[in-house]
This record gives sequence, structure tokens and C-alpha cells, in this order.
Amino acid sequence: MNPGRCAACRHLRRKCPPDCIFIPHFPPNVPQLFVSVHRIYGASNVAKLLQQLPLHLRADAAESLCLEAQYRIEDPVYGCVGLISLLQQQILDAEKQLAKTRAEIAFLKSQAAQHPQAAALRGNLSDNAADLSFSDHHQSFCG
Amino acid sequence: MGGSSPCASCKLLRRRCAKDCIFAPYFPSDDPHKFAIVHKVFGASNVSKMLQELPVQQRADAVSSLVFEANARVRDPVYGCVGAISYLQNQVSQLQMQLAVAQTEILCIQMQQESALQQADKSFLLPTNHSLDSSISQYLNFTSSTNVIQDPAPLKRESLWT
Repeated sequence: MNPGRCAACRHLRRKCPPDCIFIPHFPPNVPQLFVSVHRIYGASNVAKLLQQLPLHLRADAAESLCLEAQYRIEDPVYGCVGLISLLQQQILDAEKQLAKTRAEIAFLKSQAAQHPQAAALRGNLSDNAADLSFSDHHQSFCG
Repeated sequence: MGGSSPCASCKLLRRRCAKDCIFAPYFPSDDPHKFAIVHKVFGASNVSKMLQELPVQQRADAVSSLVFEANARVRDPVYGCVGAISYLQNQVSQLQMQLAVAQTEILCIQMQQESALQQADKSFLLPTNHSLDSSISQYLNFTSSTNVIQDPAPLKRESLWT
């Protein structure tokens, strides 16, 4: 047994040549990385993909392949696309909340500019804010 | 009676398309690109294994996500979908920061209004060495300038602020 074989060649039970494309990215002490990638993509697809890239980009490519493979193993139906959907939803929710908050700021500022004392009174009597279009947000914010 | 046309997978793999072909429901012959890209990134046998391990009702979604990932990987051979994830996570962080800033601004506005309210309240307090008449005229001057409170009665005034 050659102790110098990379994780890929160990898993594939073959000789590990000195110019093996997997050596830099799949060290023998972390066998699980290659196992995941091989299970999802296959060794030959990974090798083809890495070969098409310049040397300085292969490490990042190998890392992203490992990550995607891991996501796919954990979620065989959606893989990392599940996380993408979740993030897109979070962005929509945050944008909506931000728009509401900014509109409320504009409203409060316009009220303060027109009627400073009335604005202060409204701020103090926040329970009577039913006429505000953002009453839900306003009440939850005021507590 | 003619046989049905082979699915996109069997066409590409140049093999007979069996009746129970696992690819046929998801890779119709009119969209050859869909299977081509998935085969390029994952390989037909890996896709077949993945689909076989799933219940039938989940296979369509699995194929859609595999196609999405394969497209992302072809567009960006270095980062694939992980690039999109990083970008989206960054957007989420930025939006959360903007939201925190906006919510702080609301707090500041409310604090300013509270402070204005307290100042207005203090100006209504009657100093002990002033006459009632001068206090009332001060109050009248204040209310006329703000055009908000028109009631000159000090007793009623107190009830407004308590």
C-alpha cells in the first residue's frame, strides 16, 4: 500500500501518479471529501472539470464541488438549491420590512415638520395610532 | 402501432428507451439540452442512482434542482451554485444592516419627539413667583405659536398631559 496516495486514488484503489490532478485538493487525511464528490459527480467528471480550469482556480472549484456535494447528500431532493430558495425568501422579506420602515420614517418626519407638538403627542399616545397606515408595525415597534 | 420516441436521455446515450426508463418522465425528447447539461456535470449513471433512491413523487423536484445546479456550474465552473449562495448571503447581511439603521432612525425620531414633548410640558409648569395672569398669557403665546392647543384653561391643560 502506497502511503502517499491521495484520497481519490485510495478510494479508487489505483496508483497515484505524481501529477495526479486530485492530490492538491483531496488529501489522504480527509477521505470524506472525495467520497462525497465522487458519489454525486463521479471522479471522471470532477477530473474533467478541474482540468479545464487554470491551476490557481482549481482549489476554489474543488471546495465548491465538495460543498455542493455535501448539500446534495444532506438534501437529496433540493441540494443547495433549497438554501438558495430560503435566502431569496429572506431577501424578499427583508426588502419588504425595509420599505415599510422607511415609509414610516418619512411619515414621522413629515408629521414632525408640519406639527411638532402633535407629532410628539402622537408618539406619546401610540395606542391611538389606528389612522396610521403602518399601525401594525408602529404598535409592535412601540411595544 | 409505432413505438414512442426515445426520451432525451436515451437519445443522447444512444440506447433503447425502455417503457420503465427512469429518465423518460423528466427528460422529454423535445428538450435535449436539459439532459445534456445534467449529464455533463453529474453523469447519467449518478443521476439515475440519485433518482432511484428517491420516492417517485419527489423525483420531478430533484430533477429541477439538478438542472439548476448543472446550469450554475456550467455558467460558473469555479463556484457554481456556491457563488450564488455567497452573493445572496451578502445581500441578506446588507439588508439586515440597512434595516437596523432604519429602525435606529425611528427610535431617534421618537426620542426627539419625546424630548420635544417634555420641553413643551416643562414650559407649562407655573413658576411659584409668577402671577396667574402672566402664566396664562405665556401659555396662550405658546399655544398660538404652535396652533395646536387652543384651550386656555390651566386646569384642563393639566389633564391633557397627565
